[in-house]
Amino acid sequence: MAKIIGGLTTSHIPAVGNAMANRLEQEPYWKRFFDGYEPVKQWLDEVKPDLAIIVYNDHGLNFFLDKVSTFALGCADRYQNADEGWGIPASADVPGDAQFSWHLAESLIRQEFDITTCQEMLVDHGFMVPMNLFWRQYEQWPVKAIPLAVNTVQHPLTSAARCYKLGKAIRNAVDSYPEDMKVVVIGTGGLSHQLQGERAGIIDVDFDLRCIDKIINEPQWMVELSNDYIMEKAGTEGIEVIMWMVMRGALADRVDVLHKHYHAPISNTGAGVLLLTDARS
Amino acid sequence: MVWKRHEYDDIPGTYVFDGKRANAGYALNRMAFSFNSEENRKEFAADMDAYCRKYGLTDEQREAVLNGDFLTLLHLGCNVYYLAKIAVFHGLNVQDAGAAFRGITADQFRQRLLDQSAGFEARLQQEGGYWHG
Repeated sequence: MAKIIGGLTTSHIPAVGNAMANRLEQEPYWKRFFDGYEPVKQWLDEVKPDLAIIVYNDHGLNFFLDKVSTFALGCADRYQNADEGWGIPASADVPGDAQFSWHLAESLIRQEFDITTCQEMLVDHGFMVPMNLFWRQYEQWPVKAIPLAVNTVQHPLTSAARCYKLGKAIRNAVDSYPEDMKVVVIGTGGLSHQLQGERAGIIDVDFDLRCIDKIINEPQWMVELSNDYIMEKAGTEGIEVIMWMVMRGALADRVDVLHKHYHAPISNTGAGVLLLTDARS
Repeated sequence: MVWKRHEYDDIPGTYVFDGKRANAGYALNRMAFSFNSEENRKEFAADMDAYCRKYGLTDEQREAVLNGDFLTLLHLGCNVYYLAKIAVFHGLNVQDAGAAFRGITADQFRQRLLDQSAGFEARLQQEGGYWHG
């Protein structure tokens, strides 16, 4: 049977993609941020997951604003990164697992998450930056991945509550897949940042740390937050933190914290990293 | 016919990208989306005015694109991620655009981010359990 062996979170800031492409990891501005990923990379190297479900938002590569899906699931055997118009060199294609994806789609729709299924899906920095953060040290991607795109761009958006429930539905789906597979769920985006308007340039360290604490210990707190409140505190783009709740929903009610990292600012953003597993006791 | 008001409309200096803005900015964002293709970027760079007309931008939108007037672009329905694809042609990125929205220099903008983050490591010590290298 397939099993979720851990939940990870990370920001997916484009500037991080640029820094990796230009090998700036040891530069003073970047060093502490990147060093904080090493324990997670080591863990991944030890447990060797077979599959990563990566929850992210597309920023205008695969999806234009003509048709916006709240939840869109990749159902292909291969995902291509492509030109977003401004910069990060494209990464190698990422292998998918269409059979697993279609099982996920069937199970999620049966559980009343009426997701969009995508047999072709270009993946942008929201997906590729996390892939590279965790696995760029390998010559070939050592893991298959499934993109799950959540609309955080064009309102109305879904909510933290709904994302949490989606995570639980993903857990049910993974648990009912007949093949032995080790799965990680990765929630990406956030934390606090606002890119637009006269209010651009918000970082709220207190709010970020509270989110991290509550997502670990009391996800119900986050479930009850409205999008308006999150945007007011964490900025309009800080709303991406709701995608961390998909990861959290996919884990048990109580979790062990294997790694917790925060750095600010990275580009415009407060950047958080988590590695959680179901509590052992 | 009326655009319904939202609680988030009261957040100052903030243009939540909802139906009202998506509707007003559709042609503008559609043009910016076309910049994912290098061929289209070349065509735009060769004659920006003509390219804007081809995509049916309003006069106001076209002028804001040509002038790199980012705050006006937001007012006219440009989504910030699509704005990033336009900013490139002015040699700028999202952080520069953020500075422009606030009417400050990019250095001042970066300093603000540093100021807001100041002391975060001490906060992590208080919280406990964080990685410290």
